[in-house]
Amino acid sequence: MMMHVCALLIVTAPAALAFNMGLSLLLGYRLSERRLALTTQAAVSLSAIAATTLLIKMLLTDQVQYTLDLGRWVDLPVEHFHFTFNFLFDRLSIPFVILSLLLCGVISAFANRYLHRDEGYTRFFLFFVIFLLGMVVTSVAGTIETMFLGWELVGLSSTLLVAFFHNRINPVANGLRVWTIYRFADGAFLFAALVLHHLTGGGDLNLMLGSKPWPENACVIDSSHALIVGLLFLVAAAGKSALVPFSGWLPRAMEGPTPSSAIFYGALSVHLGAYLLLRVGPMLEQSPALQWTIIALGGITAVYAALVGRVQTDVKSALAFASLLQVSIIVMEIGFGLRYLALIHIIGHASMRSLQLLRAPSLLLDHRRLEDNIGYSERLKVASRPGSAPTPLRIWRYRFAMERGYLDTILDEWIATPFLELFRWFDGFERRLVKYLSIGDKRQAAKHASETEETEVS
Amino acid sequence: MNSHLHLPWLELSIACPIVASIICWRLKSESTVRTIALISCMLTLALTLGEWFDFSALGTFAAQDSNSIIFLVFGVEYFVIDELTAPLLSKVSVLFGLTIAATMQSKAGRFSVVRTLLAEAIILAILSCSSTVLLGLLLAFSTILPWYEMRLRGRDTSVFSLCMSLHLGLMLVATMLLWLGHDRPLLSNLAGCLLVLSAMLRAGIFPGHFWIVDLFEKCTFGTAILFVAPMTGAYFVMRLVLPVVPIWALHEIAVLSLLTALYAAAMALVQIEARRFFAYLFISQSSLVLAGLEIGNQIGMTGALSIWLEIGLSLGGLALTLRAVEARIGRISLEQYNGLFDHMPHLGSLFLFTGLASIGFPGGLSFVGMELLVEGTVEVYPLVGTIIVLATAINGVALLRAYFRIFTGTRHIATVSIAARPAEKIVAITLSLLILVVGIWPSAAIRSRYHAAESLLRIRQDSGIDRESESSRPLPSLIFDESKKTSRH
Repeated sequence: MMMHVCALLIVTAPAALAFNMGLSLLLGYRLSERRLALTTQAAVSLSAIAATTLLIKMLLTDQVQYTLDLGRWVDLPVEHFHFTFNFLFDRLSIPFVILSLLLCGVISAFANRYLHRDEGYTRFFLFFVIFLLGMVVTSVAGTIETMFLGWELVGLSSTLLVAFFHNRINPVANGLRVWTIYRFADGAFLFAALVLHHLTGGGDLNLMLGSKPWPENACVIDSSHALIVGLLFLVAAAGKSALVPFSGWLPRAMEGPTPSSAIFYGALSVHLGAYLLLRVGPMLEQSPALQWTIIALGGITAVYAALVGRVQTDVKSALAFASLLQVSIIVMEIGFGLRYLALIHIIGHASMRSLQLLRAPSLLLDHRRLEDNIGYSERLKVASRPGSAPTPLRIWRYRFAMERGYLDTILDEWIATPFLELFRWFDGFERRLVKYLSIGDKRQAAKHASETEETEVS
Repeated sequence: MNSHLHLPWLELSIACPIVASIICWRLKSESTVRTIALISCMLTLALTLGEWFDFSALGTFAAQDSNSIIFLVFGVEYFVIDELTAPLLSKVSVLFGLTIAATMQSKAGRFSVVRTLLAEAIILAILSCSSTVLLGLLLAFSTILPWYEMRLRGRDTSVFSLCMSLHLGLMLVATMLLWLGHDRPLLSNLAGCLLVLSAMLRAGIFPGHFWIVDLFEKCTFGTAILFVAPMTGAYFVMRLVLPVVPIWALHEIAVLSLLTALYAAAMALVQIEARRFFAYLFISQSSLVLAGLEIGNQIGMTGALSIWLEIGLSLGGLALTLRAVEARIGRISLEQYNGLFDHMPHLGSLFLFTGLASIGFPGGLSFVGMELLVEGTVEVYPLVGTIIVLATAINGVALLRAYFRIFTGTRHIATVSIAARPAEKIVAITLSLLILVVGIWPSAAIRSRYHAAESLLRIRQDSGIDRESESSRPLPSLIFDESKKTSRH
């Protein structure tokens, strides 16, 4: 009973908060800053306490997995289609959800002061609460559809937070870029979910990964299917975690306020792709080709992030690429099947990077304090000494890093621009066709022209 | 024999807007006209809800009015409610009511309330009609109102006239061929082809889609929304095409519908005017609905019917938002950023919410509907099903692009308040709550759509069309054939 209540609270507290805040704003009831902050912190605390209690209870009773079944949202038995609200609490989801709740609690407390009297305060907290709900639902989802629901909420809130300073063009344009990549990654996720539905007859993770608890569970689908579904999941994870070739959105997403940067690039959102791969880990191990693909993608992204990160000139971008480097190493660990190591890496890295990002606005102050306390260090100069590589290679490497691997240029010039140009041509063609068919307009134009001519003559 | 409702709900719901339009016709005062129109819309909504509840209580697939005046006069019953149309009738009356409520008084001269009430009666009659001939006449009559408005505004009607004449002409010829060639396979197959072409034109399937874009450019936004949002084209497919066209032909049209969805999504992405953006978004989403209806399996059809129910409200809400913005700043250009959010946060939020709900985002019925649709399509065409995912993804990008262009990017300078009026806020709240409630508890709606799909497929099976097409026998007659009409005792 106690476990049931705790599990229920973990999910319902953020859901109730989001519903309450959304409804208040919809009805035009303006919530004060104090009330917003208090309700957010109360809901986050309640959910975090419930998660910790559940963890303690599970540790005390040696239970490694608990499932909260909220029944079937949609059930079409004849068609073997059901949409189940099922939440899974195990050795993977509980640490991740506790991490999410703790960091969201810290960041909401930080944002309460950071955005005090900002005109977008309420908007920030609305998006933040949607993000929190999305994170919690994705973390503890027991079915692939429930996970997709949370995944979409995280994507939307991330986009809107990137475009938070919406009176300027750059944040908005960058928000759209983030959204575009997320949408295509979400498409891959949805398709993977559908293929799984076909293969296992439902979206329950237990059907796909067996009934054994994480990380001992084993995949029940064969290797060729695992390769297809795994590749689709890998695309979804690459989009969310900014792996190559989708890494271009990461520095662009810096336009958001610092608290949102902390939860995206440092802590939670950027790790969500890795979390998805961890969750479907047994399926990845079913196909060696898939494992090697994941390792290769992680390796390429790691090299890319290391190179590009070295030339960043602002602290948030440097931290974003440092995050990407760690995430790509986590992805490689997942590829190698080191699931516990990857989980510990996520928790440690998310906590450390959040702290760094939250301190980023006062970096110079911190630096000065550090120098005052320990004295000026010559080691800083050593770090900027040129390497031993030949000059042309160093120039190429520098250009490559400065242009962020030309990833955005490649996506823009090879995919986006030809696609848009093609449909602009179709649009022009349709306009010409409609104009040709619009006899009345032509008559009117001719009449207007003759009238003008007559006026000129007279 | 069909069951009977406890009251003549159907006739009353059709008569109510007609009576109101007659009353409003001669009135000079705009505020009185508006008040009468709103009362009429609320009454019509109450009547359509009444018929829905009454019908649900009967537990049958179809039901007719009791004490029908039409039956007393003509001796035949022309109106019927079934599982497909029961929620659609209420949805249509909600949409008309909200459109009239959200119309600004300054636009009353351009947007005719009298014609709108008449259009409501016609759409309700179309959705309730059980006679093929009357359905054809009503479909024809429904096209006159937007055509007349375009003429009044001095806009060219050639494209609209051409497409609608072609649609009606093909329908007429097909009906005649079906009547003449009941036992001649060639004629009935030809009739089936013509019906398909007619339906494609009405539903805006590529290449017959451009009249919708033209309509949005040349008509008032309100009239254009109310002409396309009830999706009479999809209804035409359900009533007239589905029972007579073989499954292989339906599958071919389904593929074409999916390609239209993808094409229109991509076109929505490159538009530089808000109206054209909306028109293409609508074409894309309605093509997905049509694809689901034509795919011919129950799960796909359930998904399509669910999305149909949802997008009427969500895309209707999106269009009403654009209309409200247009009423303040004129035609909206997507070439530059307009930065209106600070002035109208309610409208901005409604735009985003309804738009996301329409493309299958969590929070709307389309979220589950889209999954059912993809599931059904993938069953028939595993790879073609990916088009739905791709089209939805592109629609999502197009939607957010439009949102950012209209509401963000700069700070709009206004000398007077352009915030949403109380009536518009009420419309926003009503629509959002409706979408949210159905989206959070979708099981009842999905179950109802599933039963509707089951019944429609059963009718198709009973007609034996698929067996007959295999043996090249002539096509059967239409679903609501006069000979099949039930008589009252």
